[in-house]
Amino acid sequence: MGYLLNNPGEIGLLLWQHLRMTSITLIIAIAVAVPIASLINRYRWLSVPVMGTLGVVYTIPSLALIIFLVPVFGLNATSVIVAMVLYTQVILVRNLTVGLSGIDPAVLEASRGMGMSPWQRWWWVQVPLVLPVFVAGVRIAAVVAIAIATIGAKFNAGGLGQLLFDGIQTNRIDKIWAGSITVAVLAFAINALLLWLERRSSPTRKAQTE
Amino acid sequence: MGSIQFEQVTLEFSGMSRPAVNQVSCEVASGELVVILGPSGCGKTTLLKMVNRLYEPTSGRIRIDGQDIKRLKPTKLRQKIGYVIQQSGLFPHMTVADNVAVVPKLLKWPQPQIQARVDELLQLVKLPPTEYRDRYPAQLSGGQQQRVGIARALAGDPAYMLMDEPFGAIDAITRTALQTEILRLQQQLQKTILFVSHDVDEALRLGDRILVMNAGKIVQFDTPFNLLTQPADPFVHELLGADDMVRQLGLLTVNSAMMALPDNYQNGSKPTVNAVDNLRDALSLILRTGAPELSVVDQDKPVGLLTLEHIRSYAAEANR
Repeated sequence: MGYLLNNPGEIGLLLWQHLRMTSITLIIAIAVAVPIASLINRYRWLSVPVMGTLGVVYTIPSLALIIFLVPVFGLNATSVIVAMVLYTQVILVRNLTVGLSGIDPAVLEASRGMGMSPWQRWWWVQVPLVLPVFVAGVRIAAVVAIAIATIGAKFNAGGLGQLLFDGIQTNRIDKIWAGSITVAVLAFAINALLLWLERRSSPTRKAQTE
Repeated sequence: MGSIQFEQVTLEFSGMSRPAVNQVSCEVASGELVVILGPSGCGKTTLLKMVNRLYEPTSGRIRIDGQDIKRLKPTKLRQKIGYVIQQSGLFPHMTVADNVAVVPKLLKWPQPQIQARVDELLQLVKLPPTEYRDRYPAQLSGGQQQRVGIARALAGDPAYMLMDEPFGAIDAITRTALQTEILRLQQQLQKTILFVSHDVDEALRLGDRILVMNAGKIVQFDTPFNLLTQPADPFVHELLGADDMVRQLGLLTVNSAMMALPDNYQNGSKPTVNAVDNLRDALSLILRTGAPELSVVDQDKPVGLLTLEHIRSYAAEANR
């Protein structure tokens, strides 16, 4: 605890690197997952091969996957971010496809029959109805990304993992504690924030609280 | 203004042995409520969904207002046609008011006009706006949801309404109430309505005319009474239960069978029926009260008399 209080500058920098990696990962991951999920929603047969592949990627240990990517992207944050994007795909795509296929077909038919364009159907109907399930996916993906990002320190990407690995190498228990506590607090905070968003975006909850 | 014409309309789905809709030609007049009746798989819903281009015919043409619907943009066409489906299809994330406001928003009406329209429509379907405007669909009963569904379909003030078994999933008592509402609304609004149903009594009650379909084809297209008294073939005969005299009486009004008031008329304490009631209700009243004759009233003024013999002879004449 002492280390945390005595080195706010260092901790702040590492926290910032950690958050930055996680946020970039989530933004790219969402940008990739939305079109994939839309494609699966349109062509159902894609579901098995795509989800299968993403599932296999998820089983590769993170350390191994990042090492595998280093020759391509170099020994830096990019390799770590690419690996995290790959890991979070299975979570995001699965939640999105489940959310999209969970929309009552009668609702979609009504929106078509009332004369909404595909674009209006997407923004007025599909997005708001999928949002709670989607945010739930983002939440899990964010926690997974925060965890994997600690390994980034091994690959020159910085982040809170730095404290853990330094602490282990130099046998500094206080550094290990400082790193662990900060990562945990970060994970809890992001989780709580997204959980709140998830609740807010749920139409049934809105109905219950009225 | 307001007519729908089908010209040789055929729709074949790939991998099916026969066309879902086969060479359908007919015309629905403006302000008419036509029920499309038939067993499941007869193509009635498919025919309906071609009118708002949810399905495109393989061949043939559909015109509304004399205009080929293929020349209209599907979204523009659909905004001109009210659409009500069985499970209501209300948007669960929108309030009742937002649901009703969808088409006016698509039509880009100004906000104050939309708000006024929403309240007007909720009043029309007997859901007091102050109480229901801000509720979510999940907080409504099935019957109330379908009322909102009807209000939503009427919102853009379309000349046409397509109703796809709107009361199919609703309990019998609520269904009868909603049917009464439709008749009342139709008297008030005079829309051109295509109403899909597989319920014979519903069809007889609502339809100005009934389009009977079987295996993708029109079997008969006529008024409820003519379908009962002159079924085109054994299929129609059996589907409508044409032998059911009581069902026929339900389509005949008291004033067509009654006898004019005799000069020396004294009301006494006879049970009364309205001149516009149907003979089925009159018969029921005679049987229930045991009275030999009923006094027929029009707006509380006696206008005639009705006996069991009048009903019997009128029914026999109608069937000749």
